[in-house]
Amino acid sequence: MLKPSDLDVAYVAKLARLNLTDAETELFQRQLGDVLKYADKLRAVDVSHVEAAAHTIPIFNVFREDERRDWLTAEQALSNAPRQANGLFIVTKVVE
Amino acid sequence: MTGKDLPALNIADLQSLLRHREVSPREVLDVLQARIESVDGKIDAYLSIDFEAAAKEAEKANVDLPLGGVPIAIKDIISVSGESCTCASKILRGYLAPYDATVIRKLRAAGAIPFGKTNMDEFAMGSSTENSGVKLTRNPWDLSRVPGGSSGGSAAAVAADEAFGGLGTETGGSIRQPAALSGVVGLKPSYGRVSRFGVVAFASSLDQVGTLTKTVRDSAMIMNAIAGHDPQETTSLNEPVPDYTEELGKDLRGARLGLAKEYMIEGIDPQVKTAIDAAVKHMDSLGAEIIDVSLPHTDYAIAVYYILATAEASANLARFDGVRYGHRAEHPRDLLDHYGRTREEGFGPEVKRRIILGTYVLSSGYYDAYYLRAQKVRELIRQDFAKAFEKVDALISPTSPVPAFKLGERTDDPLQMYLADIFTSPANLAGICGISVPCGFADVDGHRLPIGLQLLGKALDEARILQIAHAYEQSTDWHKARSPIAATLPNA
Repeated sequence: MLKPSDLDVAYVAKLARLNLTDAETELFQRQLGDVLKYADKLRAVDVSHVEAAAHTIPIFNVFREDERRDWLTAEQALSNAPRQANGLFIVTKVVE
Repeated sequence: MTGKDLPALNIADLQSLLRHREVSPREVLDVLQARIESVDGKIDAYLSIDFEAAAKEAEKANVDLPLGGVPIAIKDIISVSGESCTCASKILRGYLAPYDATVIRKLRAAGAIPFGKTNMDEFAMGSSTENSGVKLTRNPWDLSRVPGGSSGGSAAAVAADEAFGGLGTETGGSIRQPAALSGVVGLKPSYGRVSRFGVVAFASSLDQVGTLTKTVRDSAMIMNAIAGHDPQETTSLNEPVPDYTEELGKDLRGARLGLAKEYMIEGIDPQVKTAIDAAVKHMDSLGAEIIDVSLPHTDYAIAVYYILATAEASANLARFDGVRYGHRAEHPRDLLDHYGRTREEGFGPEVKRRIILGTYVLSSGYYDAYYLRAQKVRELIRQDFAKAFEKVDALISPTSPVPAFKLGERTDDPLQMYLADIFTSPANLAGICGISVPCGFADVDGHRLPIGLQLLGKALDEARILQIAHAYEQSTDWHKARSPIAATLPNA
């Protein structure tokens, strides 16, 4: 396992699309460093013969008939949108 | 109705009055509303209450149904159509759920009335409800202490007699731990037992909906309504649902109860330890067989939990992008600025911390070292339980190593807060069921603080742990104790 000091909070925050203040970045760097140091104990476990468990129960694809059913109307789906017009979500401009 | 303290009733007794037309659903709502108005200023368990909508339902409630006319408090992470659903987060302020979660639909079908949305740690991330982006909730047994979390609002509301029962959710102990700290019964069903459709996702391989109630029987009654297969949820198990009240009343003779030596850790409060030891002795005297077992990978559970839960949370919370719902930053320069500031302004500190940790453990170069390894240790933890359940029907432990702590006492040290989940998070990792029942009190600074006894059962064995918990509960008086704030109120 890699050293906890590899954590670069400012870089990870960019990956997470989450702006942090300098104070938050510094605080999280220290606090999450502690958490990762604690998590280092997992290195002691022999997992060479273990299958990773994404779930604890058997999970299968669940299929249903491809048929029409009642669900939210467009109006309902848009009802919580911070910005909308003409039955559409307004997004921030992506292309110049 | 006069002469009876209605809000003090449990669900079973209240429903009996309703069914026999000794009180009407509307009268119950009115009395409950009055109780909330008189105590919630001190407790702050509720985030919002839509009295008018509930009153309309009360008018047409069928009191002959199992939960007919019974108001149930709902953690603010569960969608109730037309009602606010904020997860106690600024990013969802003003959000109105456009549909009912499956558990709400099922509660309604059983006659219950969803009434009030309860406070919680933001997005269910926390063990004290102090991470709420809205307000603090106080422990009804000592107002200077936390109610536990993340379902602290539902737990405190039940403990203060300002709810007859409530729904909560768990990812790592968020029902059982506040139940223990607030002196009520908390049940976390097995993974897949109860639908999460319409419940805001935190960590999808761990999340589960459950109950907070005054008695074990009440928990069984709510489970009868909400358990079962939901075609709209892919992890919902298509397995038969027993009548959870049917086995209640059986005694403890022949019950095989396991004590795991790995749970005898340092750091258990001496008064908690005394109470648990006494409870074990008591169950032994009632005919249960106490068996020593081993769960060798217990010490790794918290580390595994915080890697997996934050990883899944970082992915689940990516949906909060300020486009389809929720807060949106003003006048963004470009799309990255839109995302970055929307999420900075909307999320609180603990949510940000977990998004960072979760993004990190999933990022290129670290995935194998943290996430994949944690999944493998998770499998070992699951196997530990599977082996233990070959020998026992249920495992016994404290629910929380300590009674309710002071508001602010642990907020500066996230790792210390995370360690509060030591006895509860393994059950979520293993997908098994667990329940916390009151088993005594710690005397701290002149206050009586509740202590919770945890019983863990194998997957889909809720009926068994409910039966054992009920037998224990009914042979003690702990569940009859009322929090000071509830007990001092006049018998209206």
